[in-house]
Amino acid sequence: MKEFTPSPDSASIVSVTDRVKPVTLGMAVTSVHFLGSRAAFVGGEENVALVDAAGEITTVVVHSGGILSAASDGKRIIMGGDDGKVVALDAKGEVTLLATDPKRRWIDAVALHADGAFAWSAGKIATVKSGKNEEKSLEVPSTVGGLAFAPKGLRLAIAHYNGATLWFPNMEGSAEFLPWAGSHHGVTFSPDNKFLVTAMHEPALHGWRLADNRHMRMTGYPGRVRSMSWSAGGKGLATSGADTVIIWPFASKDGPMGKEPAMLAPLQARVSVVACHPKNDILAAGYSDGTVLMVRMEDGAEILVRRNGTPPVAGLAWNAKGTLLAFADENGDGGLLEL
Amino acid sequence: MSEATAQKIPVTVLTGYLGAGKTTLLNRILSENHGKKYAVIVNEFGEIGIDNDLIIGADEEVFEMNNGCICCTVRGDLVRIMDGLMKRKGKFDAIIVETTGLADPAPVAQTFFVDEDVQKNARLDAVVTVADAKWLSDRLKDAPEAKNQIAFADVIVLNKTDLVNKGELAEVEARIRGINPYAKLHRTERCSVALADVLDRGAFDLDRILDIEPDFLEADDHDHDHDHHHGHDHHHDHDHGHGLKHYHDEDMQSLSLKTDKPLDPNVFMPWLQNLVQVEGGKILRSKGILAFHDDDDRYVFQGVHMMLEGNHQRKWKEGEKRESRLVFIGRELPEKAIREGFESCIVS
Repeated sequence: MKEFTPSPDSASIVSVTDRVKPVTLGMAVTSVHFLGSRAAFVGGEENVALVDAAGEITTVVVHSGGILSAASDGKRIIMGGDDGKVVALDAKGEVTLLATDPKRRWIDAVALHADGAFAWSAGKIATVKSGKNEEKSLEVPSTVGGLAFAPKGLRLAIAHYNGATLWFPNMEGSAEFLPWAGSHHGVTFSPDNKFLVTAMHEPALHGWRLADNRHMRMTGYPGRVRSMSWSAGGKGLATSGADTVIIWPFASKDGPMGKEPAMLAPLQARVSVVACHPKNDILAAGYSDGTVLMVRMEDGAEILVRRNGTPPVAGLAWNAKGTLLAFADENGDGGLLEL
Repeated sequence: MSEATAQKIPVTVLTGYLGAGKTTLLNRILSENHGKKYAVIVNEFGEIGIDNDLIIGADEEVFEMNNGCICCTVRGDLVRIMDGLMKRKGKFDAIIVETTGLADPAPVAQTFFVDEDVQKNARLDAVVTVADAKWLSDRLKDAPEAKNQIAFADVIVLNKTDLVNKGELAEVEARIRGINPYAKLHRTERCSVALADVLDRGAFDLDRILDIEPDFLEADDHDHDHDHHHGHDHHHDHDHGHGLKHYHDEDMQSLSLKTDKPLDPNVFMPWLQNLVQVEGGKILRSKGILAFHDDDDRYVFQGVHMMLEGNHQRKWKEGEKRESRLVFIGRELPEKAIREGFESCIVS
């Protein structure tokens, strides 16, 4: 491993790199989650690697091809693949086939609801399956870029070109279109259900205040935002895409309108992934040079978790209690940190 | 080719008007014994594909970038598919994007210019256009899409030559050259062209703009560069003494500019930027090799509509003629204004 060369002003950075248990996965990783006490590293294709606190790796085959999308609630991970299948992996390591696209189209996006409902998309069609109810599908005007369930009620946000669609799958004719020109990829509701935010193809976020659909433009990123994470309690939205972690304030009723975001943990590399701690105002950030930092949101104090000099960090996750942090780079070199 | 460029996955864009033979060429590429695996992005699952290859259906969803430029369109579905394909890196050697017969190649090409993530992993190799020797002349009259595809091409596979006589073939070639004198042209029956002639061309590689110079020069030597100020009598024939007729298309032309005097980069760069900003809708492709005043390096650039990329390429060689050459292919190009603008960049 290459040496970390701290810049003069960060010479005093606290390091916990020696407390990280290295995990060598031997496969490209695209996202990281927790299933109970085990960290789940989702591969670029076919496999998920489950890793326990002792570093023992169990590999589970979930798709017969590329894994295009994944979402988790801590109890299971729902994944969509280029084999046209939607599958679930639970904490025991058991795989369940949830759906198969009749034309074997790519499953581009998936979402998981707290009550167990799940959604997926193939092309322009988003489908929701809730409990024993029948599948309900909605076709939007163009290919779905991202899906997210609202924190309350069975409501799905569907990101696509030129805006997003909000849909109550159990209410006929309930689809509401929120227009904004451009291509929308990722999408997320604020935990208080007041705002919807999309990550756009251009380096910007777009938001709507759901009470009155007022627009919020969040721009200034040098690169596309691929990772968004709500801080504990939903006061801020931490994002990747710049050479600092950008956190937009959502505590007030106006959200980030007319406010500057916080910019923490600047490095000579771009933030590739962020994950806020589930309980405290701390976040973990992975960078394009392989660095992983823990950052205190109040004052920006940093702790070094992983040194630079590797491919970009591809995934980061906290367990539900916030006592374990798991991460991996694109090549599958990862680690587990117990706090 | 630089190492970073070499590691990127080459992408060939395959275009051609309805019925020209795109699928035939695609099947040839896939079935030939080359030991390579391709990811093929098609619009309709047809009778193509070898078990080894990844075939992906696309929707040709074009959207405008939010940068206030109306010709800045990209293929959103390609961005998404490239994202997915990159998860299977190592499973294929190259990507082929087949467009529909009515597609404009520009949004496909522009996707590879504007999307950072796509650019990081893949490089546009060439736009290959399959043309029907029997019907192209007619299509150039009634189908603007066919004309776009010819104008945009780096490689033209002139197919079904067995269905025309010598005179007809000469005519269709002359019409193609009237629009795009710079593309490599191959005459084929049933698309039987050597794969090396259509794949791995490096047509968008700045480092290889050098390689296409002979075409550049040949074209210039044929005095093809509209030096004569003809009036409105388009589609006129004029013999250049080598038996090949020359056609000038009514609205699609190429324009070449040349000078052996050094250019002032402080005048040239803003002029070029402004030109593509203002006229980018009309300019389909642009390319240039430039000799700047007080600069020992050759500068090369290329562009698609309003998007430009350029760089210092290498030192001018000893004894090499320091000459600047530019080529524009486009529709209703404001020739006089471009020529005058270019002249004003010359250091006097």
